[in-house]
Amino acid sequence: MEGDVVQMGAYIGAGLACTGMGGAAVGVGHVVGNFLSGALRNPSAAGGQTATMFIGIAFSEALGIFSFLVALLLMFAV
Amino acid sequence: MATETTGHVEPVDLEAAGSCVDAHGGAIGMPQLCFDWFPNQMFWLVVTLVVIFLILSRVALPRIAAILSERQGTISNDIAAAEDLKARAVEAEKAYEKALADARAEAQRIIGEARAEIQADLNDAIAQADAEIAARSAESEKAISEIRAGALEAVREVAAETAAALVAALGNTPDSAAIAAAVDSRLKG
Amino acid sequence: MASEATGADQAAEGGGLVFHPMDQFIVKPLFGDGPVAWYTPTNVTLWMGIAVLAILALLVLSTSKRAIVPSRGQSVAELAYGFVYKMVEDVAGKDGIKYFPYIMTLFMFIVVANFLGLIPMSFTTTSHLAVTVVMALAVFFTVTILGFYLHGLSFIKLFWISAAPLPLRPVLALIEVISYFVRPVSHSIRLMGNMMAGHAVIKVFAGFAAVLAIAPVSVLAITAIYALEVLVSFIQAYVFAILTCVYLKDALHPHH
Repeated sequence: MEGDVVQMGAYIGAGLACTGMGGAAVGVGHVVGNFLSGALRNPSAAGGQTATMFIGIAFSEALGIFSFLVALLLMFAV
Repeated sequence: MATETTGHVEPVDLEAAGSCVDAHGGAIGMPQLCFDWFPNQMFWLVVTLVVIFLILSRVALPRIAAILSERQGTISNDIAAAEDLKARAVEAEKAYEKALADARAEAQRIIGEARAEIQADLNDAIAQADAEIAARSAESEKAISEIRAGALEAVREVAAETAAALVAALGNTPDSAAIAAAVDSRLKG
Repeated sequence: MASEATGADQAAEGGGLVFHPMDQFIVKPLFGDGPVAWYTPTNVTLWMGIAVLAILALLVLSTSKRAIVPSRGQSVAELAYGFVYKMVEDVAGKDGIKYFPYIMTLFMFIVVANFLGLIPMSFTTTSHLAVTVVMALAVFFTVTILGFYLHGLSFIKLFWISAAPLPLRPVLALIEVISYFVRPVSHSIRLMGNMMAGHAVIKVFAGFAAVLAIAPVSVLAITAIYALEVLVSFIQAYVFAILTCVYLKDALHPHH
C-alpha cells in the first residue's frame, strides 16, 4: 500500500515535471520569433546571427530537457 | 540511484547478463543510469574518439584542406587566365580600330589627292582655254580694227574723189590739197 | 518500484499494448550473454565502429580522388569541413582554428551516431549519459586547463565582470561560477535527453500501433516525430559543437 502511494506520487510528480517542457517550448518559440522579427527588419545582418540564435535555443531548450529528465527519473529511477 | 536499483533487483535472481535487465530482457528503470555499463561505454567511446581524431587529423582534414586550396588556386588561375585573354581581346580590338582609322585616313588622303589632281588638270584646261579664247579674241579685234581702219581710208578716198568730181562738175579746177583738208575736217566733225 | 513497473508492463502485454520504450537503450554483449565488463564488445562497440566506418567512408574514401570538380560524396565531405571550419572561425576566432580537428571529431562523431541511431533496430550511442558525459567533461577539462595554461591565474577574471557596477560584481561572480560548473551537466544532458526523448516517444507511439483503431494515427505520428528527430539529430550535434566553440572562446579570450 505504501509502495502504491509512493508510485502514485512519482507518477503525479512526473506529470507535473512535464509541464516544464511547455515553458521550454514557449522559450524556444520566443527566441526564434524574436530572431525572425529582427531578421526581417535587417535581413543583411541575420546570416551572421543564426549561430547566436541556435545557442539561445540550446540554452532555452536545455531547461525543458531537464524537466523531461526529472519526469523520467521519477517514473523509472525512484 | 542506479545502485539502489541494482540493490533492488538483486533478490529477483537475474542471470549474469547484468543487473539492469529483468528476467525477460526488458530494461529496469533507465538503462542510461545503469552504472554497470558505464565503464564499457566510456572505454569504447574513448577508443572511438581517438580513432576518429587520428583519422581526421592525419588523413581527412589535411586532404580536404589541400583539395579546397587547390581548387581555390585553380579558380584564381582560371580567373587570371580569363583576364589575360580579355586584355588581349581588348588589345586586338584596339588594333583593329587603329587599322580601320588608318585605312579611312588613307582613303581620305587618296580622295584628296585625286581631287587635287583633277582640280589641277581642270585649272590647266581652263587656263589653256582662256588663253586660246584671249588669243582668238585679240586676233579678231585686230582684224576688226584693220577692217575699220581700211573702211575709214576708203571713206576718205571716196569723199575726196566725190568732192573733186563735184568741184570739177561745178567748173572749177579741183585743188586736191584743199579738198583733202576739207574732207579731213568733215570726217573729224 | 522498478520490478513493479515491469510487472505492470507484463499485465499490459496481455491487453495487447506493449510499452518497452527503454528497451532500445539496453547494452548487450555482442557474443554470448556474459556480464558486461569494460572491455566486452557490446552493441555500443558495434555502433561506434559503424560510426567510425561511416566517417571513414564520408571523409576519407569519398575524397580519395581529390577531384577539382567534386563528386557527390566529396562535396558532402567538403560541406561538412567548411561548415565546422566556419563555425570555429566565427565563434572561437582565428586562434581557435588550432582546435578545429578536436571540434570536428566531436561534431562528426555526434552527427553520425545520431543519424545511425535513427535506423530502425539500431542502437543510439549518443543517447547514453556515459557517452555524453565523457564528451562534455572532456570539453570542460580541456577548456579549463587550456584557460589556466594560456592565461595563468588571470583566467579567473572570466568570473569577475569588470563592466558591471562594483556592488553587483560578487553576485555576478557567484552566478558565473555556478553557470560555469553547470556547463558540462547541461552540455551532456541536452544531447542525451534530446536523443533519448525522441527515441522513447517513437517507441511509445509504436506501442500504440498495436491497437488497430489508432494504428493509422500512430503511424502518422511516428512519421512526423521521425522527421523531427532527423532535424534534432543534426541540430543537437551542431549545438554541441557550437557550445564547445563558445567555451573554447572563453578559454582563449577570458576578458570580455
